[in-house]
Amino acid sequence: MPKNIVARRVLGYVFAIVVILAGWQLTAMAVSNSVLPGPFDAFPMVAQYFGELWPAFLVSLYRVVVAMAIGTVLAIPLGLACGRSPRADAVFAPILYFLYPLPKVVLLPVLIVLLGLADAPKIVLIAITVFFQVLVTVRDAAKSVPEESILSMRSLGANRLDIYRHAIIPATLPELFTALRISSGTAVAILFFAEGIAGSTGLGYFIVNAWALLAYPKMFAGIIAMAVLGVILYELFDIAERRFTRWRRVR
Amino acid sequence: MGEPKLRLQGVSQVYEGARGETCALENMNIDVASGEAIAILGPSGCGKSTSLLVAAGLRMPTSGAAFVDGQPVEGPRLNTALILQDFGLLPWKTAAENAGLGLQVRRVPKRDRVARVADALAKVGLADFANAYPAELSGGMRQRLAMARALTCDADLLLMDEPLSALDALLREEMQDMLKRTWREQGYAQVLVTHSIEEAVYLGQRIVVMSPRPGRVTHVVDNFEMLREDWRDDALFFDRCRALREMLRCVASGQSERGEARHA
Repeated sequence: MPKNIVARRVLGYVFAIVVILAGWQLTAMAVSNSVLPGPFDAFPMVAQYFGELWPAFLVSLYRVVVAMAIGTVLAIPLGLACGRSPRADAVFAPILYFLYPLPKVVLLPVLIVLLGLADAPKIVLIAITVFFQVLVTVRDAAKSVPEESILSMRSLGANRLDIYRHAIIPATLPELFTALRISSGTAVAILFFAEGIAGSTGLGYFIVNAWALLAYPKMFAGIIAMAVLGVILYELFDIAERRFTRWRRVR
Repeated sequence: MGEPKLRLQGVSQVYEGARGETCALENMNIDVASGEAIAILGPSGCGKSTSLLVAAGLRMPTSGAAFVDGQPVEGPRLNTALILQDFGLLPWKTAAENAGLGLQVRRVPKRDRVARVADALAKVGLADFANAYPAELSGGMRQRLAMARALTCDADLLLMDEPLSALDALLREEMQDMLKRTWREQGYAQVLVTHSIEEAVYLGQRIVVMSPRPGRVTHVVDNFEMLREDWRDDALFFDRCRALREMLRCVASGQSERGEARHA
């Protein structure tokens, strides 16, 4: 059975890749402009520029992973507190409502001035964005834990920590992983923007720099690497979700 | 009679609502002896669930108090088991983990826990489903799992709030048999809250009848014949159900016309 699932998944990916490549090729032929090379021209570029691309990829991966980890680790406890304590929620919810819709990316200039051009402003910007998405998700998920589950646990003699450990935190995991998967896309987008604007490292810089030099094939090598980065993050969260929420797929 | 296992003494519960105070429960007094089975029967919203939460130590009453073995109830007590309508099972834990949750939060060592959980699951006929998640179990099996959890905790007082209301009719009867059998085998005191007359007559040695809001105890009906063989087919079973139906109707009509209109 699991073998079957893996086979289906692989088949799904193969199909997706074929569709995407075909669409890309057709679009490239229709546009017929060197800024959009077809896949057969673009992919060899990854190999050609691999020496430059790989360090940039690692830098970008490092930034996005560290930033997401920081944002998530800070958001979970606050989200749980807001979700379970009306008092905490009364304090933080209004602040949240104002700050959540604010596009955090506009803070980039401020962060660059304050933190310089290296890793710090990128990491902080992504961490802030992920922080809010995870916070809101965890808060709502923690709120929706049925009161009966909590009463049952208390009747068994569970203390507050037991209730978090056995009832509330597991209940929030599916939503948490969904939020992480979604915000991984946002995180990579912000990474591109931040690296493209400031500094001289990372895939964002690689792409924007190649763009400025009108080196479109090289630019496309960067774009492909950025896509790979996004897919890796997404898949990692997907695998983690499958691992930690196995109970949801029974029946 | 010695000291009762459970005593509710003058228990009243007032809720602060949007439209001022609502009295959910008014001056409730009942004694439950050790090993006795009581059924609390009343319409929805008569505060019968509230009385159970007070007895379980999960809610402090506005006035009055609950006592177990003569000691005032100030919080959850280890040997009091509570089974709620949704059984309080955690979907992310297997049957064995759910059954052992009470032992786990009491920090019972794992080896000891495994043995007691296996024993309890065997008693309710779930030995083969130890690794199943609740979503893989039928309604009746979930009910039995909730019972297994109570058994692992060596309950001497079992409180149940409409535990069978989610089950279909035939399964309900099967589960009623299971509840009665387990009660007789284990010898704990049992309080069952229900709005089903048949269930109360089948499972209660005494039946406490309550009025609609504000919930008040209007009658306490002796029903010691529930220990008879094939009690569900006994002529007296039907008579008692009919008598209780009359009683509930009087209680409801004496209360308000609005109640009538709502049920019509």
